[in-house]
Amino acid sequence: MSGVEFVPLSLTPLLIGVFSAVACALPGNFLLLRRQALIGDAISHVVLPGIVVAFLVTGVVTAWPTMIGAALASLVAVVMIEAVRRLGRIEPGAAMGLTFTAMFAGGVLLLEQSDTSGVHLDVEHALYGNLEALIWLDAVGWESLLDPVALAGLPDELLRIALTLVAVGVFLWVCWRPLKLSTFDEAFAQTLGMRTSWIGLALVVVAAIAAVAAFDAVGSIIVIAMFICPPAAARLMTNRLEIQITWSVVFAVLSAVLGYILAGYGPLWLGLDNAVSAAGMIATVSGLILAACALWAPCRMRSGAPAQ
Amino acid sequence: MTVELISDQGIAPDARHPEESPLAIRGMTVSYGQKPVVFSVDMTVQEGSMTAIIGPNGAGKSTLLKAALGIVTPLAGQAKVFGKPLRSQRHRIAYVPQRASVDWDFPTRVIDVVLMGLYRELGLLRRVRKTHLDKATSCLERVGMADFADRQIGQLSGGQQQRVFLARALAQGADLYLLDEPFAGVDAATEKAIIAVLKGLRADGKTVVAVHHDLATVHEYFDRVFLINTRKVAEGSVAEAFTPDALDRAYGGRLATAQMDRAAS
Repeated sequence: MSGVEFVPLSLTPLLIGVFSAVACALPGNFLLLRRQALIGDAISHVVLPGIVVAFLVTGVVTAWPTMIGAALASLVAVVMIEAVRRLGRIEPGAAMGLTFTAMFAGGVLLLEQSDTSGVHLDVEHALYGNLEALIWLDAVGWESLLDPVALAGLPDELLRIALTLVAVGVFLWVCWRPLKLSTFDEAFAQTLGMRTSWIGLALVVVAAIAAVAAFDAVGSIIVIAMFICPPAAARLMTNRLEIQITWSVVFAVLSAVLGYILAGYGPLWLGLDNAVSAAGMIATVSGLILAACALWAPCRMRSGAPAQ
Repeated sequence: MTVELISDQGIAPDARHPEESPLAIRGMTVSYGQKPVVFSVDMTVQEGSMTAIIGPNGAGKSTLLKAALGIVTPLAGQAKVFGKPLRSQRHRIAYVPQRASVDWDFPTRVIDVVLMGLYRELGLLRRVRKTHLDKATSCLERVGMADFADRQIGQLSGGQQQRVFLARALAQGADLYLLDEPFAGVDAATEKAIIAVLKGLRADGKTVVAVHHDLATVHEYFDRVFLINTRKVAEGSVAEAFTPDALDRAYGGRLATAQMDRAAS
């Protein structure tokens, strides 16, 4: 494919897909080890009421109110999950399931009641996003990467998800040791004076930021898949967390690139007319990678269960 | 220094300087839900001693340690470490949690677990240097696990896992070692290795406190005991406090059952 076609039409969706996948997969590693993987699912559902409320308050569906509404909704959800878990003495998975279905349902009701018919705000959009639409119209080829005028026309989503990825990366880099230590042995970490509950909250907040930024660009299906599939597949490749993180990034990038290409060209190769949803295909590829790892990866037979 | 204190007209050191005991717990009360697990417990650990915390299941042994370390929040009571608040003395404490309290499937190697004991030196971002690795390796040598440094922790036996936990505590270079059931579910060789290390610590003037289950080995391993059954039952040297009468009060009618359990396991 020539740059003339590729750069304006495919480069930005591809980059946004890759950045979203990696931004979710990175914190996903820790969520998985903490048995909180469902948090990604919870967050991506609860952003719906957040977005609807943001629309009702501001009357517009633009990026910043939407993201702030989504972020606030995720924080409400995180607090609610903790409250339900502690006050109701319910296991974390059930507390998450209860919270996100209740909030998602509330979002649907709000959406029905409010007059949002004139704007692009629907459940389908929330699920699949619109990755294919995030094109770079100002570009004419590879040379546009050096052209400040064309660069100014890059989709806002690209900048936001790139900044989010940097923020997630910096957080993991700086908090690596406390995160690892408190995930492995919380009581020991506390005896060192670590505020383990703050570390846990910071991780969830960072995951929520990644989820909201990715959701804005690519919809919730990718978010849910990327929090779980690349880290889970990566865990089967190695017995060291540092290497697991690397594998999860590799798998996230692979899912995004392969998924995007297969969604665009796969149906044509099969003789079908229409391309399929890139978000759906990216999530499917990540699931297939996990399945392949479950069958053939080197560390899938583990003797880590307690001895007795 | 310990020798001098003890020989001082036969007065126990904690009686002269209760405020400088490695661990002084006062009025500690902890409850999970409605029922108190630990009720108004006082404990004074003597410097340079090896103390066994003994009591039936659910008597609050582990909880007492966790409350003293700030892992669980007590309803009432406080713990002082070397006469000062815990917060300023954390660097002098090493803690070995119950082996079963962590997920041994966690993707990490033996050496990485021991390096966690050096967190105070390493901080957030300092690089792991050869001196750190050497220190961690020497701690593994002390528990006879140096050959396993590169193994994933899930590949170890229960006894080996316990020794790795002890190596991590050694890496902390503390003055007070608190161990939660260090002998639970370990093989005889590990038990021997652990007790040798703990006795070595005592010989260096360190203080050791361990939650302990096996009544048969108390005389051999420890010099002091602390008997608890939600409330404190007895505290003192093994000769004074580890008496049939005190055991009967700690275990109630269950002592016979407890011993049968032990014989069976």
